[in-house]
Amino acid sequence: MEILSVFLTPENIQYMLKGALMSVVVAVCSLFFGTILGVLGAAAKMSRNKFIKMLGGVYVQIIRGTPMMLQILFFYLGGPVIWKFLFGRVFTPNPFVVGIIAISINSGAYSTELIRSAIQSIDKGQWEASKALGLTYKQMMKLVILPQSFKRILPPFISEFITLIKDSSLLSSIGAVELLTSAKVLGANYYNYIVPLCMASVVYLVMTMTISYFANKLERRLAESD
Amino acid sequence: MTNEIIKVDGVTKIFKHVKAVDNVSLSIKKGDIVSIIGPSGSGKSTLIRCINGLEIPDSGEIYIDGEKVDFGNDKNLEQMRLKIGFVFQHFNLFPHLTVLENLTLAPINVLGKSEEDAKALAETLLNRVGLLDKKDSYPAQLSGGQKQRVAIARCLCMQPEVFLFDEPTSALDPEMIGEVLDVMQELASEGTTMIIVTHEMGFAKKVSSRVVFMDKGEIVEQGSATDIFDHPQSARLQEFLSKVLRS
Repeated sequence: MEILSVFLTPENIQYMLKGALMSVVVAVCSLFFGTILGVLGAAAKMSRNKFIKMLGGVYVQIIRGTPMMLQILFFYLGGPVIWKFLFGRVFTPNPFVVGIIAISINSGAYSTELIRSAIQSIDKGQWEASKALGLTYKQMMKLVILPQSFKRILPPFISEFITLIKDSSLLSSIGAVELLTSAKVLGANYYNYIVPLCMASVVYLVMTMTISYFANKLERRLAESD
Repeated sequence: MTNEIIKVDGVTKIFKHVKAVDNVSLSIKKGDIVSIIGPSGSGKSTLIRCINGLEIPDSGEIYIDGEKVDFGNDKNLEQMRLKIGFVFQHFNLFPHLTVLENLTLAPINVLGKSEEDAKALAETLLNRVGLLDKKDSYPAQLSGGQKQRVAIARCLCMQPEVFLFDEPTSALDPEMIGEVLDVMQELASEGTTMIIVTHEMGFAKKVSSRVVFMDKGEIVEQGSATDIFDHPQSARLQEFLSKVLRS
């Protein structure tokens, strides 16, 4: 018990919660930008233009087919090189900004597939009825297909959010001080990693379980109107 | 010729090497009530789906009100579809909208009607199909027969010139078929132009001004209800009728 009291000082707890907050910020920003990329990606993959369709496919294939860790390192280590090549100036990347960019692009590929499959899972009869009533493609999407897809997208999007909370820990490898980095720093300070890593686990669990709890509630409410 | 509302001219539709509709021509005049009968897979549904562009014919032309349908042109298809109401076997109501919203969606967004006008018309028509009390319900809360009556009212709201019915009672429990046929009978008695793909032989015989018998993608025989049901000429029609009328 003595060892716990060493760790559980107000400063240490505050330090860790600060890290947790940064993890949430990374996850929320990545979900937001990832969703925008996902909408664009899904639109591209369903496009009648073969070239645009191919671009969407290549994006999803490359991102889903390579490790996220590699993508983060690519942007962090490779980004400045490309920047220098393009603009001739050196800059030191902020690990948070680079991290959010990399995770957003990664999440966008998964969202692309979530959105596309939800839209295409809507019964063929809905598309036909919309057409038969004379709706244009845009009207059909806006008034009939998307409102129905939204319900189906919501649950997998929430689990995507949970995944992002956990994936944000990968940014510890490029020096962003989020929850896992905080735990590692505390561990190094006291020559004891077990306690801070357990503390970080508890914080991760509290965050993910809270999201799951609200997700379940929401899902049940959505199911009611079916 | 001026009162010809639909002309199907040599239409062929092929699905994976099978000719679902094989060089079919058909002329529908205003006020006609044409029933299309025939065995399953004879191309009846495919034919009427071609008429409003849900299927694109592989060859042949379709004329609506004398105008040739340009299947490659979305704008033209949308225009043509305004003249045609389509009732599906599986109703295809919009599950996320109430009954009233199902009826007003297209009049407001496609015809540009005001919300009050669209609502007023929708309520009148719901009343006509006997479902005004269900206007705030969602489709999931309705029986099959009620859903199909709502679907018919939804078409009526667009005030089309011709109605296409694609097996409107085939997905219904037997005790609900009557209420849907009653609504259709009423439409028929008002002089509505209708093309009905159906397996309800008794109904076809009662309301049709003309009956078309299709088999293997072709029109084998057509004529008045009496011609077709009481004096079938072709062996194929005789065989078909002996099978369906026995039950």
